[in-house]
Amino acid sequence: MSDQQTITIDGREVPFTEGQTIMDAALAAEVYVPHLCHNPEFVPHGSCRLCVVKVNGRFQSACTAPAAAGQVIDNSSDEIMDMRRTLLQMLFVEGNHVCPACEKSGRCQLQALAYYTGMLSPHFTHFFPLRRIDASHPDVVLDFNRCILCELCVRASRDVDKKNVFGITGRGINAKLIVNAASGKLGDTGFSVEDKAFHVCPVGAILPKHKGFEVPIGERLYDQQPISVVGDVAAHDEENAHA
Amino acid sequence: MPEKIKVATASLAGCFGCHMSLLDIDERILDLVQVVDFDRTPITDIKKVGPCDVGIIEGGVANAENVEVLREFRHHCKILVAMGACATNGGIPAMRNQFTLEECLRESYVEGMGIENPMVPNDAEIPLLLNKVRPLHEVVKVDYFLPGCPPSADAIWTFLTELIQGKPIAFPYTQIHYD
Ligand code: SF4
Ligand code: SF4
Repeated sequence: MSDQQTITIDGREVPFTEGQTIMDAALAAEVYVPHLCHNPEFVPHGSCRLCVVKVNGRFQSACTAPAAAGQVIDNSSDEIMDMRRTLLQMLFVEGNHVCPACEKSGRCQLQALAYYTGMLSPHFTHFFPLRRIDASHPDVVLDFNRCILCELCVRASRDVDKKNVFGITGRGINAKLIVNAASGKLGDTGFSVEDKAFHVCPVGAILPKHKGFEVPIGERLYDQQPISVVGDVAAHDEENAHA
Repeated sequence: MPEKIKVATASLAGCFGCHMSLLDIDERILDLVQVVDFDRTPITDIKKVGPCDVGIIEGGVANAENVEVLREFRHHCKILVAMGACATNGGIPAMRNQFTLEECLRESYVEGMGIENPMVPNDAEIPLLLNKVRPLHEVVKVDYFLPGCPPSADAIWTFLTELIQGKPIAFPYTQIHYD
């Protein structure tokens, strides 16, 4: 193993192979790097920036930065954690996140990351944007208030389901999720709960109808242990889907 | 004996759930009153807040009276604490921010179900509603936040004991939640 290439994350040597990103190498070595828009099953998107790390003194997103021999990576200093918390606070005030009224609460990755980084308040001024709920589909409700524009549903529907149900339109603060139907309604697409895109949303934007608040508080995914231990909600959703 | 710490609390646009959770510290309240004196709170029924060390506020800011009480607290309290989801981010009451004030009033007093004698109340005694419900930190400076809907009695206890002992505030993982 003498020619094994490695990077160093928080003082720990982590092996990598050519072509892997820092995130790939970290995941393979079970080193937790916080993330929202990343899911190892899809092409990296690099939009949420939660996986920000300091590589040889420069900030980079771990999901898009290629691993290179000898990199010294800071994944947990106060500086990095403060930055991640600030990103989360901006995500919270940009949408309408009323956790006590959200069926995803307790198994939401945005919320779990906020706990993980010790976010006690949203800090910024709330936008309280006017967004709608699309309940036109018989089995699924789409709540735009909670969408964080991670594009996981877009990628899953395009790359796996080959249906192109979702898209993002607009730029900057005007960016928003749209549904590929003349009416703009989810009920007028071929979307189904069998779709991969149904199982990838890290937050409470794409939710099943007819079953909410089924798991009691205290027993939900992130109630007892942090996301760094439990892992992504999508991985657990897949398990549940086949249970 | 050292002087007791003066604490005031108030509920603005909240449901009193946070205050119920505060009372849920049960017999630990006997330890608390050894070191704390309560000024204005719904528990003492004192109506005006005086100079205090700590002010704890439940609920967001939904009307002109909420603004007045919040500013009085900020003026009189050395440390101001936002307790619960509504105080921290507006919470459930802020869900009305998706509608205009006129829509809210019409739904509540004119067009809603089971309304008799429909009319929007208009009396000088009734505090005017703000067009949007706001969390506390968007109106005054807030020193500490205690999230949760409501925060558990244990989280409130952790916070109060650490604050009183002058320690940095740190919660165990299970005591931070937003619901
Ligand atoms: S999506 Fe997550 S953060 Fe947003 S309201 Fe639901 S539980 Fe809270
Ligand atoms: S609906 Fe969910 S998966 Fe799709 S972009 Fe929004 S947050 Fe991401």
